[in-house]
Amino acid sequence: MCESCGCNVTSGNAHLVEADGPLARTADGSTAVEVLEGLLAANDRAAAHNRAHLARHGVVAVNLMSAPGSGKTALLEATIEALAGELAIAVIEGDLATERDATRIRARGVPAVQIATGSACHLDAHLVHEALHRLDLEGLDLLFIENVGNLVCPAGFDLGQHRSVVLLSATEGDDKPAKYPVMFRAADLVLLSKADLIPVLDDFDPAAAERHLRALASGAPVWPVSARTGEGMERWLGWLRALVRG
Amino acid sequence: MHELTVCRALIGQVEAVARAHGARTVTRIELRVGPLSGVVPELLREAFALARAGTVAEGAELRLVEVPLEVECESCGTRGPAAAPNRLLCPACGGWRTRLVSGDELLLVRVALAGITPAEEGAHV
Ligand SMILES: Nc1nc2c(ncn2[C@@H]2O[C@H](COP(=O)(O)OP(=O)(O)O)[C@@H](O)[C@H]2O)c(=O)[nH]1
Ligand SMILES: [Mg+2]
Ligand SMILES: [Zn+2]
Ligand SMILES: [Zn+2]
Ligand SMILES: [Zn+2]
Repeated sequence: MCESCGCNVTSGNAHLVEADGPLARTADGSTAVEVLEGLLAANDRAAAHNRAHLARHGVVAVNLMSAPGSGKTALLEATIEALAGELAIAVIEGDLATERDATRIRARGVPAVQIATGSACHLDAHLVHEALHRLDLEGLDLLFIENVGNLVCPAGFDLGQHRSVVLLSATEGDDKPAKYPVMFRAADLVLLSKADLIPVLDDFDPAAAERHLRALASGAPVWPVSARTGEGMERWLGWLRALVRG
Repeated sequence: MHELTVCRALIGQVEAVARAHGARTVTRIELRVGPLSGVVPELLREAFALARAGTVAEGAELRLVEVPLEVECESCGTRGPAAAPNRLLCPACGGWRTRLVSGDELLLVRVALAGITPAEEGAHV
């Protein structure tokens, strides 16, 4: 699709032709070719291309990930409301096959593109690239990508984002980082969402969640936030503002 | 999980290498997979059995080399094995400020090709 937009992403396999290394005969008479390339190399290249798109327009992109129902869309709604008139925001919605979440975002006066993920369990850089071309990036400050609700797959796929934020809601249990290390290691920031529920859930200990995260050798901040009451919103908004200012 | 997606990408890479060398078949594919790669080796094998059907890799053997978890401590400088994917602490001082040295690899290392048409070997370079 890049031929049509003129921005020229490397075509699916072109790179692979150059990816072979020295040749060597093996004992069985076949030829062994050294490749040494990541299995997600095609995705990573598309992600780099997305980053170039964003850079050209001075847009910062945040990849929001969590289990289903952890409050990604609710956080986006509250964030959009709080930053109205201050930052120009757009949203790429990958969370549902329906237009439901995109409709919720558009109701706040912000452009939203819904990616029809169907039964897919994660977004990849190619899907995000298509969505980028359906958005007017000019004049935008901040692009949120709401990933598919899933704590496993999305972590493996770079989308071209500048930061990854993982939500862990109070109802999910504070040991989630220990159970999904690949996902939580990818987080630049962990938000303990639905923080308004922490006082009534006596088995959710924010300090334990942070301990589990540190055991993954991650120094990412762990901040409670509630889209419902507004608790913790100022700190989160401050993080976003600093990110946009660069 | 996305092992099938990963395997389809792998087949694409392998096909390109085979094509570039004018090879008719791929006899062996060697991957390096770490515990923090996000893919499960057994699932990868199952997915590979599906993904290779009807491709140049139809009869290929899949060799998975599982790499160990290794960290380097930013506090004391020790480099050594980590206890588990969710315990990446320094093996010497127990500190959490470590850097992963190995363990998140998901790498196509090498491919063995057969049935190469001599004229085409290296012709792509
Ligand atoms: N108590 C409480 N509920 C919340 C909060 N944020 C979201 N929810 C509820 O959690 C459910 C899922 O939220 P949603 O934003 O759709 O989650 P998503 O699937 O991650 O996008 C909805 O019923 C929300 O009303 C919050 O801060 N506090
Ligand atoms: Mg949602
Ligand atoms: Zn493009
Ligand atoms: Zn997936
Ligand atoms: Zn140490």
